[in-house]
Order: sequence, then structure tokens, then C-alpha cells
Amino acid sequence: MLTYTIRRLFTAIPTLIFISLIIFLLLDMAPGDPTASLPLTIPPEVREQIRQSLGMGEPVHIRYFLWLKQMVWSEPMFYLSQSVSWIDAPDAARLISWQTRAPVLDTVFERIPQTLMVVGLAYVVGVLIALPIGIISAYRQYSVFDQAGTFVSMIGFSIPPFFSGVLMIILFTVMMPNDSFWWFPSIYDTTLIVDSWENFGKQVRQMVLPVMVLALQTTAQISRFMRASMLDNLNQDYVRTARAKGMTESVVVLKHVLRNSMIPVITVIALGIPAIFGGAIITEQIFKVNGIGQLLIVSIQGSDVPMVQTLTFIFAVLIVLFNLIADILYGILDPRIRYD
Amino acid sequence: MTEAATPPSLDTRTEAPARNQWWDVWDQFKTHKGAVMGACFFIFIVLAVYVGPWIWSIDPTYIDIRARNQGSSFAHPFGTDQLGRDMLARMMAGGQTSISVGLTAMGLALFLGTLVGVLAGYFKRIDGLLMRTTDLFLALPLLPLLLVMVMLFRQPLSASFGPETGIFILIVIAIGITSWMPTARIVRGDVLALKEREFVLAARSIGTRPGRMILRHVLPNVMSPIMVSATLGIATAIITESALSFLGLGFPPDFPTWGRLLFDATDFMQQHPQRVMWPGLAISLTVLAVNYMGDGLRDALDPRIRGL
Repeated sequence: MLTYTIRRLFTAIPTLIFISLIIFLLLDMAPGDPTASLPLTIPPEVREQIRQSLGMGEPVHIRYFLWLKQMVWSEPMFYLSQSVSWIDAPDAARLISWQTRAPVLDTVFERIPQTLMVVGLAYVVGVLIALPIGIISAYRQYSVFDQAGTFVSMIGFSIPPFFSGVLMIILFTVMMPNDSFWWFPSIYDTTLIVDSWENFGKQVRQMVLPVMVLALQTTAQISRFMRASMLDNLNQDYVRTARAKGMTESVVVLKHVLRNSMIPVITVIALGIPAIFGGAIITEQIFKVNGIGQLLIVSIQGSDVPMVQTLTFIFAVLIVLFNLIADILYGILDPRIRYD
Repeated sequence: MTEAATPPSLDTRTEAPARNQWWDVWDQFKTHKGAVMGACFFIFIVLAVYVGPWIWSIDPTYIDIRARNQGSSFAHPFGTDQLGRDMLARMMAGGQTSISVGLTAMGLALFLGTLVGVLAGYFKRIDGLLMRTTDLFLALPLLPLLLVMVMLFRQPLSASFGPETGIFILIVIAIGITSWMPTARIVRGDVLALKEREFVLAARSIGTRPGRMILRHVLPNVMSPIMVSATLGIATAIITESALSFLGLGFPPDFPTWGRLLFDATDFMQQHPQRVMWPGLAISLTVLAVNYMGDGLRDALDPRIRGL
């Protein structure tokens, strides 16, 4: 198992380095100029000096290595030195956003809780709905329930989040009377502090719509996978053996079949986590959740290169990390995979 | 894509009742009700957006400020927007862009995917390199990168090709080079299996060159997975283009696409909710139809299911 994990780790690191190179080079071509927002009264030669001091005069590969060092060494060390007293802060300057003039990662860490709260909860809800649907659909294949499940997941695949979100707002915010229980706010209020039951209720209510939109997509995908995986297992010989031994149907399905079917589904669930962050970009925009997706859009519109670079890099790290987790999970759950 | 599923007539060499394989495919496709409905709806949408403007000849950019924010009427079946432009005409114009982007981007992705897949499957020497590249592309954060690409290249491209054509080229290329990977993987798998078959051995033993071998023997046999990816590719491309337009990073504001119309309508959601529905429904139904078509096509092209 250890060699398997190490082998997987060694494929993940070059991937990450290569992706960071692509992201860096792509953004390096950006027409934006870091000195563009400085006052026009600055003479050109001073402007050129400012550019030099920002490191713009160095060749590409040097700038790339400096950036990589900043991302994987200086910034983590800075946060480490803040939390642990025996590490000194590195003497490198922080990565500064062109737009807010604040350290990029501070802004990102301010935004991450909102994203995690909405996206994470939505994913959990989606998975919890999807698993029973998948199990029942497979067990009663071609029944009315299965047909309905297929249709609903087809809809979940086909309705993009930017329409389902708007549809939810129309149904639950615009058309619903304001005093109804089923009325939900369409704008996520981040300044709300949960300090009482009343505010907790408000927090839950404002999370309902974005969570529903994201959960619909998760449910559609995971329930299909669960169904297919259950169907693969239901016809296997060991199921017949289990039945022949006289086990009750619930033991056969929930103990024998379900455990074996969960192996590929768990890896799919792990692989879906970074994708849901990507989908959250749109959902956050619709419901005005100020998470990292919304931050990315704002930075793109403002040509804030360091911020965009960092955020894209974080998304890439998430993808590679969860690919790795899925691979290792698969190895743990299914010993056959380890010896390929 | 039913036009591809229907038999190309030049393939039937004899008048004898010997059946072409595409007739079998068509017979199987017909039994899938959802797929047939999806195909009919997709053809209807394509006709509506391309032929429709000749019948409904109102200019989508004509501003009639007195007739703004109207509901459905005989003069304007889908109503008018905040500047009094006819929504039906705008929907048709938007659909033309959305579907053209979808078809072109799908074509590009398919070309790249097939090229990489066939080369990787056929030539063992470059297999490892090409497949690692595919894995790398799969690990890229696609939506953020698409947004970044649009942000970076919008200005230079619109300067050299004009705002509309420039953005069209940019979006098609961006979607194309970020969505070829699944096709490449499927095609490579099929080519690897095909290479072990006897007819390939026979062709090689009479001295067929690799180029001719690929075009003549390999490509026709991997047509079915390519066609299935084609239908699914249209759906992804339409959704991606609409998502970009919805985030305000697609086509310029005065140039309607379905995503852009949806984005513009969300500002007036409270007063005129029906204006959101038209583009949203158009995107969702087109994608649903294409997905059902792909589902039926997959069944129809699978010889294990066909003929049962």
C-alpha cells in the first residue's frame, strides 16, 4: 500500500508543476500592466524603474521559479510563522493583489469559509439524496421509480446551474408571497453573524437556494453512478450465493452488494469535489455569495493578475489533490488495484 | 446527429436486399422513443433559428422604445425587452450564435480528440507522451482557465477580426482545446483493440502504409464512439458558451446569444420573469434533446444491443 501511495504521489507532483507552468505562462501573456493604475504624472523612466523593482525585467523562467517559490514556500511559511512561535517569518515580500493592495492569500482565506459552507453542504446533501435513489433505481430496475430517477437526472444534467438558479429565484423569491414559509432570500448575506437561534434560522434559509441548485447537479451524477455500479454487482455470483445461504434480502443488498458497489462510487465522489468548486463559480455569482468563485470573476474583470493566478493555481491544486485522494482510496478499498 | 445516423446512399453498392449497417443502426435508433423525440426537437430548433428569421423578419436589433417591456402578444409572441426589441427575433439570432458555437467547437474538439486518440492508439512510440498530455489537460481547472483565456485574448482578437468574429473564434478555440480529452481516451481504447484484429494484420501484410491504414481501416471502425462524443460535445459546448456569456465574459452585449439574453433578463427578473424563461428553456431543452439523442445513438451503435 505504501509503495502504491508513493508511486501515485510521484505522478501528482510533476502534474502540478506542469499545470502551474501553464497557468503562469498563460497569465504572463496578459496585456495588463501592474503600473497602469498608478498616477499618470509619474514620468516614464520612474515607471520603468517601478516595473523593474516588481521583477518585470527578469526573464520568464526566473520569474516562474520565483513565483513558484513564493507559492509553495514563502507564503506557507508566513502562515506557519504566525501560528507557531519558533518559526521566523520569511523575509520575502507577500504576494500583493493589484486590485486591493492586500496580500492575495489573506483575501482568499477570507472568502474560503463562505464557499466551503455553501458548496460543501450542497455536496453532502446531494450525495445523501443520490445514494438511496441510486440503490432503489438499481434494485427495481425499469420500475416507475427508476424511470422517474432517470428522467430527473437527465434534467439535472441538462439544466445548467445558471438557469436552475434563476428558476429557483423566480419560484421561491419572486412568485412566492413574502410572508410565506416557502419564501427564501435570493441574496446570500455574508455579514450575518450566527449568535442566536433566530439568526441561525436566517442563515439556514439563505443557504437553501444555492445548496439546492448545486445539489441537483451532484444528485444527477452520483445517482447514475450508484445505479450503474449496483447493477454491475447485483448479477454477480456471490449475490446468488448469499441468497442461497438464506440471507434476508436486506442483508444481501445492504451488506453484500452495497459495500462492493460503493468502491467506484466513493472515488467518483472524491473526484467530483474539485468540479463542484468550478460549478460554484456560477452559483456564487447568481446568489451573490462572496466566495472564491465570485472573487475569481471580480479579479478577472479587474485584470488582477496575481489574484487570478493564485486562484487558478488553488483550483488546480484541488483537482490534483482530490485525484490523488481518489486513487489512494481506490487502492485502500479494492486491493486488486494496488498491483497493476 | 440524425443526418449522420441516416444512411449515406453511396454506401449501398448493390440493389440487392443486402442491408447496409446504417439501416440497422437507424432501425435500432427508431425504437428509442426519447432519442427520436430529441432528434426531432433538435432539428426543429436548428430550423427555427436558421430558417425562422426569413419568416419572422423583424430585425433583432431594432429598438422600439415605445413598445418596451411588453408581454406576449400577436405582434411580439415572446414579448419585448427593456429597449423594445422583439424577443422572438432576438431568440432566433441568439440561437444561431449558440448553435453555431456549439457545432463548431464540437467539430474542433472532435478533430483534436480523434487525432490524438488515433495517433496514441496506433503509434506505440508516442502513446505514453500523448496520454500523459491528455491526463494533464484533464487535471486543468477548465472553467477558470476558459475565463482567463477570454480575458486575455479578447482585446487582440476583436482588434484583428472585428468584435463578433474575434470573440466567436476565441470562444470556439477555447472550448475546443478544453474539451477534446474524453474523445481522445475513448478513441485510443478502441484503436488499441482494433489493431489486434485480423483485418488489420491482413492489410499490413499486403504492405498498407500507416496513413492509408488509419484512414481506410481504423477510422471507419471508430466512427461510433466518435459520433456519440459528437452529440455529447454539442451539449457541453452550448452550456459552456452560455456560461461564459452569463458571466459577462462572452459575446459583446449588443450581440445576442442565449446565455447573454438570460444574463440580461436576470436584471428584470422581478418585473418580467417570463423573459428569463425563453432563453433558459431554449438552452435546457436543446441540451436535453441532444443528450437523449446521444443516449439513443449509443444504444443504436452498440452491436451487442442492436438487433435484439
